[in-house]
Amino acid sequence: MTFALETQELTIRFGGHVAVDAVSCGFEPGTLTAIVGPNGAGKTTYFNLISGQLKASAGRVLLHGDDLSGCSAPQRSHRGIGRAFQLTNLFPNLSVLENIRLAVQSRARLGLNMWSIWSNHRELISRAEEVLETVALTAKRDIAACALPHGDQRKLEVGILMALEPDVFMFDEPTAGMSVDEVPVILDLIRTLKARRDKTILLVEHKMDVVRELSDRIVVLHNGALVADGEPAAVIASPIVQEAYLGVEVAK
Amino acid sequence: MMLGRLLSGDLPRSRVLTAVLIAIFFGLLLTPFLFPGARATNVAAKICIFIVLVASFDLALGYTGIFSFAHTMFFGIGAYGVAIALSTLGATWKALAIGTGAALMVALVLSLLIGLFSLRVKAMFFAMITLAVATAFQTLASQLSAFTGGDDGLSFKVPELLTSAFPLSPHTFRGVALDGKLLCFYLVFAAAVVLLLVMLRIVNSPFGRVLQAIRENEFRAEAIGYRTVVYRTCSSVLSALFATLAGVLLALWLRYNGPDTSLSFEIMINILLMVVIGGMGTMYGSVVGATLFIIAENYLQDLMKLASNGFSGVPFLRDLFHPDRWLLWLGILFIVGVYRFPAGIVGKLRFSAWKKS
Repeated sequence: MTFALETQELTIRFGGHVAVDAVSCGFEPGTLTAIVGPNGAGKTTYFNLISGQLKASAGRVLLHGDDLSGCSAPQRSHRGIGRAFQLTNLFPNLSVLENIRLAVQSRARLGLNMWSIWSNHRELISRAEEVLETVALTAKRDIAACALPHGDQRKLEVGILMALEPDVFMFDEPTAGMSVDEVPVILDLIRTLKARRDKTILLVEHKMDVVRELSDRIVVLHNGALVADGEPAAVIASPIVQEAYLGVEVAK
Repeated sequence: MMLGRLLSGDLPRSRVLTAVLIAIFFGLLLTPFLFPGARATNVAAKICIFIVLVASFDLALGYTGIFSFAHTMFFGIGAYGVAIALSTLGATWKALAIGTGAALMVALVLSLLIGLFSLRVKAMFFAMITLAVATAFQTLASQLSAFTGGDDGLSFKVPELLTSAFPLSPHTFRGVALDGKLLCFYLVFAAAVVLLLVMLRIVNSPFGRVLQAIRENEFRAEAIGYRTVVYRTCSSVLSALFATLAGVLLALWLRYNGPDTSLSFEIMINILLMVVIGGMGTMYGSVVGATLFIIAENYLQDLMKLASNGFSGVPFLRDLFHPDRWLLWLGILFIVGVYRFPAGIVGKLRFSAWKKS
């Protein structure tokens, strides 16, 4: 079967340091893969290579079998790779609704329209309002993004990704720094997305209970290399994960 | 509703601002009849022209976050285009059209080149590159005297319909001669209104919203699918073209152009002050900023002369208010203005209206 997304020998070097080291991995459509590993393992860098924020030193990224090597970040976004960032990355002085609407507008490819009035494109606004509803931010639609508390900013970050409606969703620690009662909103969203079985989801997450519950498969990165890959239960139990990720000294 | 469409749905959103804008609109419209005399009409025409120039600067700086020192260069290209065409081809409408068209072409090519070669670099380097290009252009304009008239500039005739030698009516209205010069003023006024409304439409289009997204967070704008180089280039090209058209209006009104009238670095500083005083990224700020600044530039000295005469017996105050010190006072007004209203006058007015609601 063809993978929705595949990386072949994907590598990036910064000077002498190899941040992502020949990672070959395929992601089947309709599955959720958790990518775990200690800090500095190269998870975010791996994401950046897939979504095009960084250019690979070697190797390829394939989307439905098409090589994306020559594609810039905006082109990859249009082809269906969507990305939410670990460090919240919003349009700070624009309203919550506008943050989402800009993503909807990009998906509708209306960005270069110079002569219509933005507010007359009602369909974009109502679509953005729908997305706001799903991330529970409707009440804050007119507030500037920078005035939101941290948890809401994380929700908005995920909302922007939702508005892009990509084929491949990449979540980079979506619940990091959120308070306990806010986490379920995001997790429910990912659960719903997963239940649709038509999207491919990549999730970087540190909370092991979340990973165990949501993922169909776990991939472990360590020092930039793929060191384990398989069923969640098996991977979590494997000695290499116990040592590399959970920091447990394994008795030799 | 009709007005809303005309303003592209971007209303002033403050009662005070609405009143100020209406006052400026009618003030400029009726200047020739309210304040007879060449001087007031001159000031009004200059305000109209600078509103377009400052708004076009705001399109790049306030909406997209692109700072260019080459803005007056494009202003100059427009003015020189008309000046050279009318002085070599004669005072015809055709020459005016050729001059305007040629100036727009030159501005398009130059701004595209500057954009494509340097918009990828950091904002600071971009500003430096535009400074270099603008300085080179200014030197070129004063050195190529056979073509541009050098430092003396070019005086030329405009089509007769636009001169005081052309009577529209044998009568006068409230003592004002209805002649071609008056027609020229209304041509400048109407052009300024139309150009401003066009720019207002552009910044309120889906494209304009992307420009603001790029200003806020270029990295994220890329990540959600906008090719920011394309948008930034479009923005600086549009900004350059509108500045060129402002230059065309300037030349048409003055019937003269030289390096000091359209290219000087002082004008660059002035438009920067106007956009900051008015409020960046608001379009209406250019109207308020240009009006205030040009009135101050022209009448502050008169006001100071009065004050200076009033204090003629007091040594220190007399010197402080001497008309030659007007730039000092403008500087003080500017510092106080920026300190009190960091978001400009329009930003401040909108904020107080929003707080009240």
